[in-house]
Amino acid sequence: MSNGPLEIKAISGHAGPVPGRDTSRDYAVCKLIDVTTCIGCKACEVACLEWNGYPFRETVFDNTYQTMPDLAWNYYNLIRFNEHVAEDGTLSWLMRKDGCMHCADPGCLRACPADGAIVQYANGIVDFNQDHCIGCQYCVTGCPFNIPKFNSETKKVHKCTLCSDRVGAGLEPACIKACPTGCLHFGSKDDMKDLAEQRVAQLHEHTSHKNAGVYDPPGVGGTHVIYVLHDINNPEKYGGLPKDPHVPLLVRIWKGPLKWLGNFAIVAGIVGAAAHYLRFGPKEVEEPTKEEPK
Amino acid sequence: MSEAATVTHYVRPDSVLRYTFHERVMHWLTALFYTYCLATGFAFYTPYLFWIAVVLGGGPTSRFWHPIVGLGFVAVAVWMHFVWRRDMVWTETDQRFLSRVEDYAENRDQLLPPQEKYNGGQKLYYWLMYYGAFLLLISGVFLWFPEYIPFRLAWVHQIMIVLHEIAALLTIGGFITHVYMSVFLVPGSMTAMTEGYVSRAWARTHHRLWYIRMTGGDSPRKNDVEPG
Repeated sequence: MSNGPLEIKAISGHAGPVPGRDTSRDYAVCKLIDVTTCIGCKACEVACLEWNGYPFRETVFDNTYQTMPDLAWNYYNLIRFNEHVAEDGTLSWLMRKDGCMHCADPGCLRACPADGAIVQYANGIVDFNQDHCIGCQYCVTGCPFNIPKFNSETKKVHKCTLCSDRVGAGLEPACIKACPTGCLHFGSKDDMKDLAEQRVAQLHEHTSHKNAGVYDPPGVGGTHVIYVLHDINNPEKYGGLPKDPHVPLLVRIWKGPLKWLGNFAIVAGIVGAAAHYLRFGPKEVEEPTKEEPK
Repeated sequence: MSEAATVTHYVRPDSVLRYTFHERVMHWLTALFYTYCLATGFAFYTPYLFWIAVVLGGGPTSRFWHPIVGLGFVAVAVWMHFVWRRDMVWTETDQRFLSRVEDYAENRDQLLPPQEKYNGGQKLYYWLMYYGAFLLLISGVFLWFPEYIPFRLAWVHQIMIVLHEIAALLTIGGFITHVYMSVFLVPGSMTAMTEGYVSRAWARTHHRLWYIRMTGGDSPRKNDVEPG
């Protein structure tokens, strides 16, 4: 990823081609979350807090393992526990690590009006830059996954960075490092897709999860965080994972046609006023003698 | 308070008081508040104008003041309403003015029916800004505190953003017209709002009925054309 420009281009005194030339290189990174092997230990949550230097948050107890209701501005990464009762009465206990999906078509970035507050790196990571954030929270409304969280004290929005600071230094994200079951993987997007497909094939062959599949939603151009789900047909049961996420239609209208319509109308208004002045000029009032107007 | 007493106080030999001190303060307050919101709003509206927010103290600062100054705008709009609402009532005269708006636009003012203190176009602008202010206020409250909108109601936030933008664009249309007409198209209207007075000829030409009401009128001009 970061060493792309240091690829060897030519070698002195070297017979034959440059090794590795014409090989395809995939700089796009990806996190694979295999929910079928997640045990809900929350080690990824703790690693995330430790790396990002945030304190542990207060917990609540509602007779489930869900000790925190939602992500927070200083809590990028949360396992969602769901007790799902199937139609045949069987119970499955589903755990899903929730966090930013790093969409290829990020709704947050589309919606954001602040110059430089959200960037998308060539490797696919979508990152918030709080120095430039104005706190309008348009990103929140642009996100189909309900991820960005607002800090009402600093008026800045935060979310998972996919450890862009670690990845930039050639390290894997903190959550990957901490996962004890190996349900989290990190690598190139192609590799992670392959790995995910392999796991899905394994599930099809060796388990009863015949609907297992890879969650890499095309509606947002694919994501740089992908899931292996036991049941790809029903992602909602994993704590509200949308089946077919899109950048909201209203956001697309607002940032697309409406913007250009508005721009056109404003410019046309100004040009029209100028043209009117040139054509018809000012409404001069004849100042007549007081006694007998003309 | 007799009508005559009020009227004579406002009339000078050469000029007529069009806007009292009170009205002028009110107008320039709304102008200031609206222009600030317009400038910062433009910054949030398009990346090409985000530099305005930078010039005005930075994005976060602009985001902080925009809604507060916006409240100021709405407050003065309400104040203005109490002062001007009677003058702004839509009448038959305005309907007739509007039906001949083409003559007005092409400077054939002698063909126009005589107008009250405000003509149909001015009244339309007034009501556009007055109702626009409320549209901006209602949608703006949602944009001010979106953290209280739950995710399943995110569409409300989106609708309010679009509504805020449409309302802003409508007022901008009015605003462009208003600034163009007062600064360029109708000489004398700028000084009316800065110094308060317009010349008698100005008043007679543009707002004949108001002029007659204020001064008692004078003998009709020889070549007045009967409005049809």
